[in-house]
Amino acid sequence: MKVHEYQAKALFREAGIPVPEGVVVTSVDQAQAAYEQLGGELAVIKAQIHAGGRGKGGGVKLVRSVAEARQAADDILGMSLVTHQTGPEGQLVKTVLVEAGCSIAHEYYLGITLDRRLGKPVLMASTEGGVEIEIVAAATPEKILKAEINPLVGLEPWQGRTLAYGLGLPAGAIRPACAVFKQLVDMFLATDASLVEVNPLVLTPSDEIVALDGKVNFDSNGLFRHPDIVALRDVDEEDPREAEAAAAGLTYIALDGSIGCLVNGAGLAMGTMDTIKLAGGEPANFLDVGGVATAEQVTAAFKIILSDSNVKAILVNIFGGIMKCDVIAEGILAAAKEVGISLPLVVRLEGTNVDRGRELLESSELAIISASDLADAAAKAVEAAAAGSPA
Amino acid sequence: MSILINKETRLLTQGLTGSTGMFHTKQAIEYGTRAVGGVTPGKGGTTVLGVPVFDTVAEAVDETGANASVIYVPPPFAADAILEAAGAGIELVVAITEGIPVLDMMRVKSELAGSGTRLVGPNCPGVITPGECKIGIMPGYIHAKGKVGVLSRSGTLTYEAVWQLTTLGLGQSTCVGIGGDPVNGTDFIDVLKMFQADAGTEAVVMIGEIGGTAEEQAADYIQEHMTKPVAAFIAGSTAPPGKRMGHAGAIISGGAGAASDKIAALRGAGVTMADTPSAIGTAMQSAMRQAGVAARD
Repeated sequence: MKVHEYQAKALFREAGIPVPEGVVVTSVDQAQAAYEQLGGELAVIKAQIHAGGRGKGGGVKLVRSVAEARQAADDILGMSLVTHQTGPEGQLVKTVLVEAGCSIAHEYYLGITLDRRLGKPVLMASTEGGVEIEIVAAATPEKILKAEINPLVGLEPWQGRTLAYGLGLPAGAIRPACAVFKQLVDMFLATDASLVEVNPLVLTPSDEIVALDGKVNFDSNGLFRHPDIVALRDVDEEDPREAEAAAAGLTYIALDGSIGCLVNGAGLAMGTMDTIKLAGGEPANFLDVGGVATAEQVTAAFKIILSDSNVKAILVNIFGGIMKCDVIAEGILAAAKEVGISLPLVVRLEGTNVDRGRELLESSELAIISASDLADAAAKAVEAAAAGSPA
Repeated sequence: MSILINKETRLLTQGLTGSTGMFHTKQAIEYGTRAVGGVTPGKGGTTVLGVPVFDTVAEAVDETGANASVIYVPPPFAADAILEAAGAGIELVVAITEGIPVLDMMRVKSELAGSGTRLVGPNCPGVITPGECKIGIMPGYIHAKGKVGVLSRSGTLTYEAVWQLTTLGLGQSTCVGIGGDPVNGTDFIDVLKMFQADAGTEAVVMIGEIGGTAEEQAADYIQEHMTKPVAAFIAGSTAPPGKRMGHAGAIISGGAGAASDKIAALRGAGVTMADTPSAIGTAMQSAMRQAGVAARD
């Protein structure tokens, strides 16, 4: 789960990490009031959307007067901000963060993420702050200092010192930097975060350390023990179909193609998408109905697939293990009755109770194209989708 | 011959009295697995499916001599259940549970390091040695006894591969699902090592997916140490970056984890790659022929 910058910074502040003073607003008048409240000098107006790359897209502006603050807030609020992470349609900006300006002596990068190979979090710090860290990692990996974190212990003081001195921080900033490193790691562990980034982490001319930006993602499997973090969720930032699927206990990811997919199991769902592509088609979605779907969930899955107007054919691929093929067949029939499926429907069933499942579908009045295996199913779905698309 | 489990394995079910634990333990018993007991705190002293239930794993081990355990405990309590099994000296713990927080798994991994317990999973279908012992949720009937080892990060995609092997007359020595989570107990290399050392395994099918770099590391291992033929499939060639494809571990992020890198690495290590999941069985067949291993039992 992702949260906004202002929410991440509130968590930083709670953890004791210095952040600039700021106010979250939703109108131009509020922006002016916030600007005046912050002292009426240098301030930054920042669009609050989940996607990164906001500055390049025009979503972050420096202001030095009331007029500039009003203008910037007016420009940003209500805009569809397009960044490399949003897609071409952009993301509507509903809130902006008005933040006091900060004197900068140097910009650093600080981040914590899971190192899957080690099975541990790793704290990363770099002197190359304010730019995309992936670029630094690819071009000059030696400029990224790392500390492996024992999840049972947290960051050891010596690890913090090693990073602080490694960054070449002035003597007066070593202690505050070590404190920030420790606080950030403690916060990561205490909140079930999956990613924390401070880019840039700023050194001020008076040797203070300040988190000028903040990004925090949380492990969705850990949310059950953090109701306070669940409350930070902004559903407007999510794809409505993905949210609907999640509510029905399904995993759905929207894609650009014309073949809707309904599959059990994440690996098989990806494999089905790959097979469609190799057969010359494009999948419209990833949809995993999970290990033990009910007829109701299958119906919900069909509704979600059908709500995508790009879909020209549907491919159902089920390898029944725990999931019984006759249950899936019943779900397909129930969905056809309830939502009406007029698109070509290619079905491949295998596994537990497969004979009963096939029998149910064959004896129904649905025009189902049955497939003998996955390759056959993909070929038939590609053909059906091509026939259904305007030439 | 086989790896990890065989007909001597004495299995305990943690979470036996829940509906999932009960259903799959019943299936395991019908398959011929030696299920010796179950553990559910508060239900000790009762009998379920003809096996005794205990309050603690330690007690169950004392009474039954169990040496393997399967976890069907819900996510908030699963990490604790794994550690309890390890604390009681269980040699093999298979965690089926999906949705365990990553932080819990990091802590489990740290605690298990250096212990005598091997964890398989979590979020996996389990381990099966066909005809001898089934631990997990895979349908038993799709398997056949034989000499192909199967290892995979996926569940149903593994069934797909196994079914093709069985249909082609290629039985399996042992099938191991290592699970779709970013932090797991046993990785590809651990299992490849075991298959390489196992006299009953003559060839290996490996199924990976996008996310992380475990497949690339496995490719290095195969290149240097595997003398047995390997066929593989990597799911997720069409997955867009930044989107989590169902499994917590299946995400292309920060430029790492794309299918193309994994496929290139495995191919470079001499692995026969299947372009689609439908071609996994035939890829194994052709790899075995090339290596001069009889493609039929």
